[in-house]
Amino acid sequence: MPKQPRIGVLYSRVRVEEKWIFAALEQRNVDYDRLDDRKIHFDLSNPEPWLKYDAILERSISYARGLYSLRTLNSWGVPTVNTAAVSEACGDKIATSTALAKAKVPQPNTRIAFTPQSALEAIETLGYPAVLKPVVGSWGRLLAKINDRDAAEAILEHKAVLGSYQHSIFYIQEFIEKPGRDIRVFVVGDQAITAIYRKSPHWITNTARGGIGEICPLTSELETLCGEAARAVGGGVLAVDVIEHPERGYLINEINHTLEFSTAQPTSGVDIAGIIADYVIEVAKGRSTD
Amino acid sequence: MSQLSCPECVADIELEADTELNEIIVCPDCGVDLEVISLEPPAVELAPMEEEDWGE
Repeated sequence: MPKQPRIGVLYSRVRVEEKWIFAALEQRNVDYDRLDDRKIHFDLSNPEPWLKYDAILERSISYARGLYSLRTLNSWGVPTVNTAAVSEACGDKIATSTALAKAKVPQPNTRIAFTPQSALEAIETLGYPAVLKPVVGSWGRLLAKINDRDAAEAILEHKAVLGSYQHSIFYIQEFIEKPGRDIRVFVVGDQAITAIYRKSPHWITNTARGGIGEICPLTSELETLCGEAARAVGGGVLAVDVIEHPERGYLINEINHTLEFSTAQPTSGVDIAGIIADYVIEVAKGRSTD
Repeated sequence: MSQLSCPECVADIELEADTELNEIIVCPDCGVDLEVISLEPPAVELAPMEEEDWGE
């Protein structure tokens, strides 16, 4: 009889997504542990307590906790969803943009600079309005739409003086006039499984900032593009955010590796939690039959 | 359901039967986020504040 795979779910908070994932694992009679990232620690000389897991699903709300947990687990050969490499490629916007550029996946024009002066030059080469984003950050937090040189000078100085060193890594993008929405495509493995529009009158359309989810037809063009985007960052369980440019068409805005789907699951009717659970079980079976 | 009070505003809080450990609930009176830190006996505390690297 084949060995029953053992799964860990690393989490920070039990949000509705975690409740759905736990329920999906239980419906599938999977042996799993809930691993609170505030309570665990890793002894780098003793991987033994972690080697019992055939796969660990990372659902940490903190990018840093998740990334360093994955890096440690992967160094011991413990399979994870997603991997540390994918987490790093998605959690750091410069890593995402460079991966997309290398794979020739269309994205907004992007500049990177390291001083307020060079950032100002970069913004002026892009033209106003421009968007300044923290390299690490989510939920639309600390995004700045810069409409003119006065605003650029003020924001760059504030970031340089008040922020940590990470806020002096300036990630600058062209501002794109969206049609009041963006698109989030969910990709698991190589397959796009569903998509939603996130609609908002505000230029920031994140559902965490009040964007409203609506069903979006999953066209073959979207499937192909988001599959390429997912592969560019290493693949796995991902949410690919797409902007519709009025002339250039679909552009990949960002890729999320610990995706939230509390809006998408009821909007689309697709059992995203169940599909994630099945994917993790497949990863675990690959390990347990090694 | 279990009866508790909010540590911020002492409003009465009810935990639904399907509440999970570490689930975040919202105080219906003051709106603060509360984390369920125990089910038996039921207990809540103020949920951690959002940090800069939180997200998806």
